[in-house]
Amino acid sequence: MEDVLRIGGQELTSRLFLGTGKFSPNSLIPEAVRSSGAQVITVALRRVDQGSEEENIASFVPGDCIMMPNTSGARNAGEAVRIARLARAAGYGNWVKIEVITDNRYLLPDNFETIKATEILAAEGFVVLPYMSPDLVAAKKLVEAGAAAVMPLGAPIGSNRGLKTRELVRILIEEIQLPVIVDAGIGRPSEASEAMEMGAAAVLVNTAVATAGDPVAMARAFGLAVEAGRTAYLAGLGATRQYASASSPLTGFLSD
Amino acid sequence: MSFYIARKNYEEFDFNGFFKCVSDEDVERVLEKNRLTEIDYLTLLSPRAEGHLEKMAQKAHRLTVQHFGKVMLLYTPLYLANYCVNHCIYCGFRVHSGLERKKLSLDEVEAEAEMIAATGLKHILILTGESRKKSPVKYIRECIEVLKKYFTSISIEIYPLEEQEYAELISAGVDGLTIYQEAYNEKVYAEIHPAGPKRNYRYRLEAPERACRAGIRTVNVGALLGLHEWRSEAFFAGLHANYLQRLYPAVEVSISPPRIRPYPGEFQTFVTVNDKNLVQYVLAYRLFMPRGGVTISTRERAELREHLVKLGATKMSAGSCTAVGGRSNTQSTGQFEISDRRSVAEMAGMLYAQGYQPVYKDWQVV
Repeated sequence: MEDVLRIGGQELTSRLFLGTGKFSPNSLIPEAVRSSGAQVITVALRRVDQGSEEENIASFVPGDCIMMPNTSGARNAGEAVRIARLARAAGYGNWVKIEVITDNRYLLPDNFETIKATEILAAEGFVVLPYMSPDLVAAKKLVEAGAAAVMPLGAPIGSNRGLKTRELVRILIEEIQLPVIVDAGIGRPSEASEAMEMGAAAVLVNTAVATAGDPVAMARAFGLAVEAGRTAYLAGLGATRQYASASSPLTGFLSD
Repeated sequence: MSFYIARKNYEEFDFNGFFKCVSDEDVERVLEKNRLTEIDYLTLLSPRAEGHLEKMAQKAHRLTVQHFGKVMLLYTPLYLANYCVNHCIYCGFRVHSGLERKKLSLDEVEAEAEMIAATGLKHILILTGESRKKSPVKYIRECIEVLKKYFTSISIEIYPLEEQEYAELISAGVDGLTIYQEAYNEKVYAEIHPAGPKRNYRYRLEAPERACRAGIRTVNVGALLGLHEWRSEAFFAGLHANYLQRLYPAVEVSISPPRIRPYPGEFQTFVTVNDKNLVQYVLAYRLFMPRGGVTISTRERAELREHLVKLGATKMSAGSCTAVGGRSNTQSTGQFEISDRRSVAEMAGMLYAQGYQPVYKDWQVV
């Protein structure tokens, strides 16, 4: 049976979401998207320049992908809401990744403002995917607010440090009924795979691909890793044991 | 509390004594750290650290690509007026310099804006001399109204304002502030600003804080290198950036390391700051503030700017002109001589050749 992720009425067969920041040149974006198989692509609206086709980052996203504008640069719910509305008015659909960041040193998200923005935008019919610090209480409030998924960070944005928040993300996966998409911090395909093995619905990767020596090849590696991790999750990982299971049991001589 | 007070912690600090004690092992130890203290930063600014520049450069490059990607934001300055009431002994705009004074009419602002916008740039930095009478906040606000039609981001580099005045300009469409302390050493500051409102060291030093409280989005600070011994000046500029980032985490903070340039009239070099010094400063700052911006202007020559692309720079000016109305009137005299005269297209070409992406738009005020 086909393994499909459903978000906002869309069916996705790829569980890798790709970011478009930091690529050089932008012309690598379509190749990376193709190579990874990603279907959802996030774009910072602050960098969308509709007046200049050749420098407009949005124009590098293949037409058959779901464009997910993000609210990068927003410092509070009001700014995030305004950016989301601008994106929709500009024709970029109704998916939006909420990014509200009030900390420029670590780029950690403000969960409180994110919840407020999610509530407003979900009520307006947006498919809201909020980037968040992995906190169970905040995630539950995001569910109540109408989020279509929750996107906890694995480590600070751009850090490539991997799944530092593993235990907290695991709790979200266990407790939250919406898709849990690990966003930010994933630096290696093996880490993406690990997130998928844990049961994450998808991962969002940007820096690790965009700043790789060969971004297109790295995009492919992430696509494969996500698929491998998902397949392993569905297959059901074997139980881990602390001790070896002896083929010649010491108590085999006992009988009923 | 303000940075003026925080800076006092180092009032009696013996910089030369500290530098004499720094060993190669100290520098190596700092280079292994992920998070640098203020003293670690000073260690990287020491003469001893000059022997470790390549290692610093490799790490600075890695951090810059990690946090910013291989991209460079391009912007250009637009001089609105050069009337000035100050007596700064190092500046071509100073009150008695004999410079022909000019202030752009709103039509002239529009003409300049059209020419700049045609190059593709979306970020602009507007400048005036320091004359509240000739270039009042009201005039700057009127100019912003014109410029908003052409640019998505407008920054100001003008005389220091009150918090309410910053708020007024922010609501008009300004999102960035550049203000250089010129010299962080208070005694030197007094010597080079013999008269005029700019003599008020503390009022200028605290201007970025007033702008942050008013809700500005980006702040760019720095020392004008060449006015005083550069290592302590670089140290205080970095501390200033760090202080602002800590207190106003939502603000994007950056530094500029401008070196004093020849200007019309008599010119005197105060303290030599060579390329190696400048590079050391940028690298040390990048390691101290991995997410801090670094702005490199056309004061620096093309070849050096090309190298700085990979050494921590995140923002560069292009197609610059330091004369009021100088793009439409080539007879005008500028504040200082530009060193890198390349056009926006040429700068973009240079960036592409290095595997970098020029960014024209990174914010939009609506």
